[in-house]
Amino acid sequence: MSIQVHRTRSTRTTVRFFPHNDTEIQAMLDAIGVATLEDLFRDIPPELRERATLDLPPGLSEMDLYTRVESLARKNFASCDRCFVGAGAYAHFIPAVVEHILQRAEFYSAYTPYQPEVSQGTLQATYEFQTLVAMLFDMEVANASMYDGASAAAEAVLMALRLRPARRRVLVARSLHPQYREVIRTYLEGSGPYSLEEVSFSADGATDIQDLTRKLGEDVAAAVLGYPNFFGVVEDLAALVNAVRACGALAITATTEPLALGILRPPGEYGVDIAVGEGQSFGMPLSYGGPGVGLFATRLEFVRTMPGRLVGETIDSAGRRAFVLTLATREQHIRRERATSNICTNHGLMALAFTVHLSLLGKQGLRQLAALNLARAHTVADELERRGWQLVFTRPFFHEFVVAHPDARVRYQSALEQRLLPGVPLGRWYPELEDALLLCVTETASAEATQALLDALAPQSC
Amino acid sequence: MRGQKQEGLLLDEPLIFERSRAGRRGVDVSAPSATPERYLPAQWVRPEIDGFPEVSEPEVLRHYLRLSQWNYGAATTFYPLGSCTMKYNPVVNEALARLRGFTELHPLTPDEMAQGALELLAELEQWLREITGMSAVTLQPAAGAHGELTGMKMIRAYHRDRGNPRQRVLIPASAHGTNPASAALCGYSTLTLEGNQIGLIEPHAVRKAMNGEVAALMITNPNTLGLFEREILQIAETVHAHGGLVYLDGANLNALLGVAKPAHMGADVMQINLHKTFSTPHGGGGPGAGPVAVNEVLEPYLPVPRLVRTESGWRWSEEFPRSIGRVRTFHGNFGMHVRALAYLLALGAEGLAQVSRLAVLAANYVRVRLSEAYQLAFPGMCMHECVFTDKGFDASAVRTLDIAKRLLDRGFYAPTIYFPLVVPGALMIEPTETESKETLDAFITAMLEIAREARDAPQRLKEAPVHTPVGRVDEARAARRPILRWTPAPSPHLACR
Ligand SMILES: Cc1ncc(COP(=O)(O)O)c(C=O)c1O
Repeated sequence: MSIQVHRTRSTRTTVRFFPHNDTEIQAMLDAIGVATLEDLFRDIPPELRERATLDLPPGLSEMDLYTRVESLARKNFASCDRCFVGAGAYAHFIPAVVEHILQRAEFYSAYTPYQPEVSQGTLQATYEFQTLVAMLFDMEVANASMYDGASAAAEAVLMALRLRPARRRVLVARSLHPQYREVIRTYLEGSGPYSLEEVSFSADGATDIQDLTRKLGEDVAAAVLGYPNFFGVVEDLAALVNAVRACGALAITATTEPLALGILRPPGEYGVDIAVGEGQSFGMPLSYGGPGVGLFATRLEFVRTMPGRLVGETIDSAGRRAFVLTLATREQHIRRERATSNICTNHGLMALAFTVHLSLLGKQGLRQLAALNLARAHTVADELERRGWQLVFTRPFFHEFVVAHPDARVRYQSALEQRLLPGVPLGRWYPELEDALLLCVTETASAEATQALLDALAPQSC
Repeated sequence: MRGQKQEGLLLDEPLIFERSRAGRRGVDVSAPSATPERYLPAQWVRPEIDGFPEVSEPEVLRHYLRLSQWNYGAATTFYPLGSCTMKYNPVVNEALARLRGFTELHPLTPDEMAQGALELLAELEQWLREITGMSAVTLQPAAGAHGELTGMKMIRAYHRDRGNPRQRVLIPASAHGTNPASAALCGYSTLTLEGNQIGLIEPHAVRKAMNGEVAALMITNPNTLGLFEREILQIAETVHAHGGLVYLDGANLNALLGVAKPAHMGADVMQINLHKTFSTPHGGGGPGAGPVAVNEVLEPYLPVPRLVRTESGWRWSEEFPRSIGRVRTFHGNFGMHVRALAYLLALGAEGLAQVSRLAVLAANYVRVRLSEAYQLAFPGMCMHECVFTDKGFDASAVRTLDIAKRLLDRGFYAPTIYFPLVVPGALMIEPTETESKETLDAFITAMLEIAREARDAPQRLKEAPVHTPVGRVDEARAARRPILRWTPAPSPHLACR
């Protein structure tokens, strides 16, 4: 519980990461022409130097370190097979090949591929990533990644405001992930004379098209919709996107669960202008919510206003195909305060995980895994309904759904006590859904845990 | 190689899409109990995606293993990329971040069931507070630039609460591009401060630029020339005297551990790049983590949720009414936080102090040894990195880019080139504390030989690299005719191919 910081001065120094012995240190000092290591810092005002001592514990051997950190890991309830929560972070099985590739130090210890001649591995994999993201969303072009789905959504809104400079209002569906809405709000605040309004959802859980139409106008730059939305509900994108685009605004979708696009018609087919998402489902563990990877795709005509890095195909001096970072004149290192975004470090290694996992799943595996999640979630939803829970929304859903019960709170607690994560209570974000839980069922939930969940939430005897 | 016959170990590796053969796949998935049409309207159901890979598991493995062999990483190669701190990434940290108690922890797990994670984060916050001298930390930002954005949002909120968000931010000309870009994202215009003839910001330049419309100074210390801003105390005092705040870009913290604390320099807010100073791997472009540390003045504005201590343990709290809100989902890049804390625990107080001493030693050693052949941007002692220029090679028209490419032939990654922008033809070298003297000497030898070649056989530099998987890459062509993805069948909008 308490932080174990021992307030003692250390007695031994960790040396395993440092390659020099005393003779070598002395030789380097001699070459520089100073007597001691401390002399290297003579440009620093003494009043700063004097107060710089670190009141921290001594270092640990690798064995002690392992034990110490492992003891923290043990204190968590962490189990994909007993997890029925999604809400923007999904428990999916990760094939061993993904982890094997991610642990290649040639990949993980490289920097952003500034020297293409010795970075073709990262560059080609990123080019494949851009292609996979574009295909999954059915958009023309995708970038090399953003931090996460929410920051990608916020950047999409900023991009829409650049593309529609005369317009100042932005609409977001209230059925969009609450944290995505919060991040969009944070990014917009103070960035310009913009206003953000929410569009309500109807009784069926989908965005209320009447409310949307009422709020749309010539001054609206963009509308952001969840697809599927936070409740797992599949929006009727055709009608919504048409309404948004008819008034000249940009239609933006945010997908927290890209696996759904293995089975649902993609945003691009409905004419969406910018499709963003969170890619964690493909190849990244839950890891308490990060790192995942932000997905960002749009129309080719908008590419020069797009944020983030891009890899392009070109040739080398011998005319062979090669890949390279390109269209960098949009970026901060060249354009500075006029850049399309401030992003520099992105989520490259997670983009690789996404790429390897999707390459393994492939055309058939992706679709089948999506179908499996769809079917399993519906089986659990049907059973809960049979046992007296109410399915709150009537529209088709993917693998998340909202259920309510007068005893929801008590039953939720008793499920937690049985070491299950029985969904998330929605009251904290939607006061009107105080007695409702958002549940998610993926392929990782075991049969035993699923039975335990049903019995805890809906005991047969009651 | 690609598309051409190659011999030896330079293997031809097509795109994963080009390896596809109908019917193959690399994962077996249990059959679902019903078809999608049972649950979804038929018109919403998507057919299989045209062009998606169809590749078996062994082929996927081989494909990405081969790609890995076309990469240089700091683990395989000396990577003197200035401003990026390419130090050793301890392998045990990879194992620790992959402990099941972390990887299978859902971010919405009730706090009581995630105490190990919360404790870990609280402890990391505490280490970062002690190292920087600041009073509070958020771990939410995903990278350095994200931390800058977070910090500048907080500065804006602070000024707004005092009745005027102000208009401008002062930024030295040598600053990283993310600084002006982050300020602009927060609605500020930027005013560039030029450095003096020894590469430093002078107090009188700040005095001249400061007024009641300046929200903040964004300053990097040590700066991107690898020089310590000696007048930082007076500079910060001037900014504060006009009601402004000091944002310190902490990307160069690797020079300061146990040497000087940013809080004592007058910083009100700073970001810390865990992927630089605290050894989390750069991943070929991330993920990083960019915690932000603040003093008491800005603490109320930190993003939510924040960790708070209660009688029953740690919990997340959103009850901070003046917070700028969230900057991303959940709690930040937790996997990176595990690695960073592991690194801190491994080193301890003395190990951390040693990091900066040895990093500065290595940089000065390289500086002194290379000075005979290359011109320094600014003379004198440097901190953790040193910046040279391509001045002096004019007779043979050799440029920084040529030197960088020739280094690749010698088995080294290149330094950062053409940054900072204030140094024409900059070559920015950051050796870090984890490279041995033999490696530094080999690098120095290669650099000195390249300088000789630049005079005697400049063509060799112009044609470099020749010993790499591909030859010099045509960047201009990529930008002129952008091909940004593979397509199953060329479609009209991507016809440029
Ligand atoms: C001086 C400096 N500031 C800020 C940044 C931005 O950090 P990041 O790439 O993590 O966003 C960098 C690194 O790229 C840097 O070198």
